[in-house]
Amino acid sequence: MTTNHYTLKVNGKEHQVADAWAGESLLWVLRERLGLPGAKNACEEGECGSCSVRIDDEVVCGCLVLAATAVDCEITTIEGLAPEGELVDVQEAFIEAGAVQCGFCTPGLLVTIDKLLETNNQPDDLTVREAISGNLCRCTGYGRILEAVNLAAAKRREATS
Amino acid sequence: MTDIQITSPVSAPRIGESAPRPDGVPKVTGTFTFSSDLWHNNMLWGGTLRSPHPSANIKSIDISGALAINGVSAVLTHTDVPGSLLYGLEHADQPVLAADVVRYEGESVAIVAADHPETVRRALAAIVVDYQVTAPLVDPEAAEQAEPIHPDGNLIRRLRLRHGDQNIQGEIQVEGTYEVGMQDQAFLGPESGLALPSEDGGVELFVSTQWLHSDRDQVAVCLGLPPEKVRFTLSGVGGAFGAREDLSLHAHLCLLALHTGRPVKMVYSREESFHGHVHRHPARMWYRHHADTDGNLLRVEARLILDGGAYASSSGAVISNATCFAAGPYLIPSADIDGAVVRTNNPPCGAMRGFGAVQTCVGHEAQMDKLAAALGMDPVELRLKNALKSGDKLLTGQTITGAAPVAEVIKSCVDHPSTLIPSDDMMSLPGGAGRTADPHHIVRGQAMAVGFKNLLFSEGFDDYSSAICHLVDGVATITCACAEVGQGFVTLAQQITREVLGVEEVILAPAATATVGSAGSTSASRQTWMSGGAVQKACEAVRQQLLERIADQHQVNLDDLVLVDGQIVSLSGNFSLDLATATTEPLEADIEYHHAPTYPVDENGQGDAHVSFAFAAHRAVVDVDPELGLVKVVELTTSQDVGRLLNPLQAVGQLEGGASQGVGLAVMEEVLVTEGRIRNASFTDYLIPTALDMPPVEIAAFIEQPEPGAPFGAKGIGEPPSISSTAAVVAALRDATKRELPRVPVRPTDIVQLEDDTP
Ligand code: FES
Ligand code: FES
Repeated sequence: MTTNHYTLKVNGKEHQVADAWAGESLLWVLRERLGLPGAKNACEEGECGSCSVRIDDEVVCGCLVLAATAVDCEITTIEGLAPEGELVDVQEAFIEAGAVQCGFCTPGLLVTIDKLLETNNQPDDLTVREAISGNLCRCTGYGRILEAVNLAAAKRREATS
Repeated sequence: MTDIQITSPVSAPRIGESAPRPDGVPKVTGTFTFSSDLWHNNMLWGGTLRSPHPSANIKSIDISGALAINGVSAVLTHTDVPGSLLYGLEHADQPVLAADVVRYEGESVAIVAADHPETVRRALAAIVVDYQVTAPLVDPEAAEQAEPIHPDGNLIRRLRLRHGDQNIQGEIQVEGTYEVGMQDQAFLGPESGLALPSEDGGVELFVSTQWLHSDRDQVAVCLGLPPEKVRFTLSGVGGAFGAREDLSLHAHLCLLALHTGRPVKMVYSREESFHGHVHRHPARMWYRHHADTDGNLLRVEARLILDGGAYASSSGAVISNATCFAAGPYLIPSADIDGAVVRTNNPPCGAMRGFGAVQTCVGHEAQMDKLAAALGMDPVELRLKNALKSGDKLLTGQTITGAAPVAEVIKSCVDHPSTLIPSDDMMSLPGGAGRTADPHHIVRGQAMAVGFKNLLFSEGFDDYSSAICHLVDGVATITCACAEVGQGFVTLAQQITREVLGVEEVILAPAATATVGSAGSTSASRQTWMSGGAVQKACEAVRQQLLERIADQHQVNLDDLVLVDGQIVSLSGNFSLDLATATTEPLEADIEYHHAPTYPVDENGQGDAHVSFAFAAHRAVVDVDPELGLVKVVELTTSQDVGRLLNPLQAVGQLEGGASQGVGLAVMEEVLVTEGRIRNASFTDYLIPTALDMPPVEIAAFIEQPEPGAPFGAKGIGEPPSISSTAAVVAALRDATKRELPRVPVRPTDIVQLEDDTP
């Protein structure tokens, strides 16, 4: 296998990736090489959203992006959503609303919802459903997740008003 | 949307309050360790070679090409299994690695450990297996007469249930044949784990599972090791729903770690996961219901056949449930029910949420609606008229001694006002983003269904859970091997401990085979009762020890002492000691908690086989585009018999989540199997409800009638939400389309009734 060396900027920190096979996905490199397993691997085929991370301003499926193509970008994962030891509004809301069961879908949903609320802090029900329809959750039936989005949106409106 | 009051409790929440999950913060920050997140210095990656054929003889396996690849540390086949080659949950009938025959597509044939997953893939591709392909047995109805495909034969279990007077005939009779497709549990966290060789020649496995001790016992036999040298620890579990009750990669990982002397990690891909765990049994069901002209049920006849696939798994218990609960939560004086589960070369089936009662609920509820139509009676009235209640007899002859609020769940559910807000947004039509439906052609349907099943293990199984409570400096530590799979047992364990001991801080030790006895399986809606009961008893034993010690040390009367809110006080009021001060010397109790005994059924399927039952009702509202066959479930309402609500917020989550799996089975979820091959082993082709597919779930009522014998009177609540939800949605689709729709999931072709053009 041909191997590469490159640098990824994740959650504000530069990480050297050494001796990596060029075919490795961003998800795999984050999880297995950089010790950032927060983004999840429920399908690795772009169908579940559990691997959602931000590359610059876009939320992407980490499993569909080759890590080597994400150099010179700002990558944000669930581990970087809040400063160490703190929780952002969406994270608090997930706990308060009971939106976490097994939690496997949670990191991907949080990254997706955080981005949604950044652009729209008063989304209606259908907008939220549409925005998270690429993030599968098998445990909750989405009820508490939708509730958490409402809660987080209210928190965000309060914070910005 | 259901309104749940979220109040931050002033003190640490106890029983009945919506305590937050102790694993909530790690789960929202991405620091919670799931089994696929495990990592170890110097670890290898494992992989599995699976049979491409549903049925074949293995003539030879050549691993030399794989072993020659740089980076490959081990390639193992059946000859490398030191102990028993066979394992199984109820019967050891499945090979750890196939020897001379493969019986389903995806059966494990060889395993590999290498330095990188890519090397693993290349090594797997380099193994040469010479298969002599044979014709697969794929028709469950032909299985019993066919040549046995396994030394144990093709009939896994038949149960004939005869109840009451067999000569009763009803003036009104309705008949129907129904079919339920194969459902996948589709948990999100893939099968995964990390095995480490131990210095004593044993092995340690960190894994996601439902029942650590059963896994450990099964694997130890295959490894030829004493159980104490095989140590299993629960790693973070990304959902289970029955699919983790059987072994998957457990033995393989241990074999590879022992063989290489290095840590080995394995993670199934989503495609592999579809082949790597059991599914919900597909069912074919024939029913004839007899009633008098007033709508009193007189007799039910049924013939049930479940496809167990290649290996037995828990099929024997599934068919027992299907047979016992075949007619639903109704009082019926006479029954003749024949249930069989057979072996085929289809994918193996076993446990999934609802366990046999989901399939039959589709059948019995369709029959009740048919009967109501034949009688010209309101379907709700018919159900209420025949609803089981406490003191009534089941078809097994067992008298229900606990709570059976069937009429209550039905009434509260159907009386609950709909909160449906009409929407003119095209996105909310059937077809959604495709915007193919014409709003003027949409028809709406509404219907309800009710179902039930047993809680805990049945038929004489000695079911127990173990827990250790350790109390020191006012802090309690609970050790229990109960598998937390997302359901929230960890929250309840803390609530129960606080309730009994009045402590604030409760530490939960890891679930592991090395530190505590078995907790039994996280299945059969049993852990709230069983492991909740074990935790309660362990805490009560510690409380007793503590009070005895204080009575002794301080010369106070034991009967006078109580523990309230972190204080040991005497009722007479002249003694008080703070809990932390009183527990500088540790106290500990190790408890095994058993439920009331149950008994096997006799040759007529009669006997006191079960401990307790739980009931739920659902009402569904659907929109249908009859021309395109598109459907949208727009509202679900439910009421459930919960005994006592221990954590309202978590209960809501169970009811909503369970209903979503029911909706999935009703309208979209089916593992498509053709000639023994799974055709849709991906989330691209096996669809589960997204946030756009799932309607709001209105909770009309939690019916709280404390269950005698259950800790705090609470019933398990995990499974009932998945039982009547499917039947209710299908009934609503019948109401909208006026079609019979005897098959679940309902496909667009069933609605438009074009020729089914699937090849
Ligand atoms: S893991 Fe990337 S979409 Fe599923
Ligand atoms: S909480 Fe388990 S998949 Fe969403």
